[in-house]
Amino acid sequence: MRQIQGNEHSRMLKDIGIISFVLVELTQYLDTHPYDKQAMEYFNHYARIEKQMKQEFASRYYPLNAALSQDQKEWNWALAPMPWEGGC
Amino acid sequence: MWNYERRLQFPVNIKEPNAKLAQVIISQFGGPDGELAASQRYLSQRYATPYREVAGILTDIGTEELAHMEMVSAIVHQLTRNLSMEEIEKSGFNKYYVDHTLGLWPQAAGGVPFNACFFQSKGDVITDLFEDMAADATTTKEQPTISRSQKPLI
Repeated sequence: MRQIQGNEHSRMLKDIGIISFVLVELTQYLDTHPYDKQAMEYFNHYARIEKQMKQEFASRYYPLNAALSQDQKEWNWALAPMPWEGGC
Repeated sequence: MWNYERRLQFPVNIKEPNAKLAQVIISQFGGPDGELAASQRYLSQRYATPYREVAGILTDIGTEELAHMEMVSAIVHQLTRNLSMEEIEKSGFNKYYVDHTLGLWPQAAGGVPFNACFFQSKGDVITDLFEDMAADATTTKEQPTISRSQKPLI
């Protein structure tokens, strides 16, 4: 795991938070509007970007979800900070 | 089933502990209008709806409430982290501390433990959706009440 102090780590987490919030909202909209093609276009667009961002984050720091792990030397799902610790 | 994502829905970085504030905020975790009750409300009600779209949105909202619960829990945890015995006594946090020390335990601000009676699951989709709207209104009332009664967190 790379050093996680510094702005890049929290900047990436912030961007993932923003895009993931967009996806949460779009998901809830689509739950009751399952034939809205424009909403699906939005969803697919942002889902693609989110996936890339999470893969990038996993390769730089640690996987946000165990399934995203690319680890071979150390298992960062066990070593990475927990989100409630703050300060990173 | 559920998947855990190792991040908060919105980051929580509290610089100074504040046990007094924690005793108020904890209601948003385990109180009658808290996020634990919210999540269990939607996730319990979803089985009884005959409409798949409604079952889907109750699932997704209930899931999001779990993420809210995690943010509130992080706030309470960071507000009570590294407290001295003097701060614990002075802030009145000692009444919580005697039972739970600095562990997180779902209760209302007044000390009432979390209770499933904070929500209803009636087996009728219309009844449940009205209950959801009432619950949503209580939260929009409680959250500004907390922020009006306290100094800024950070």
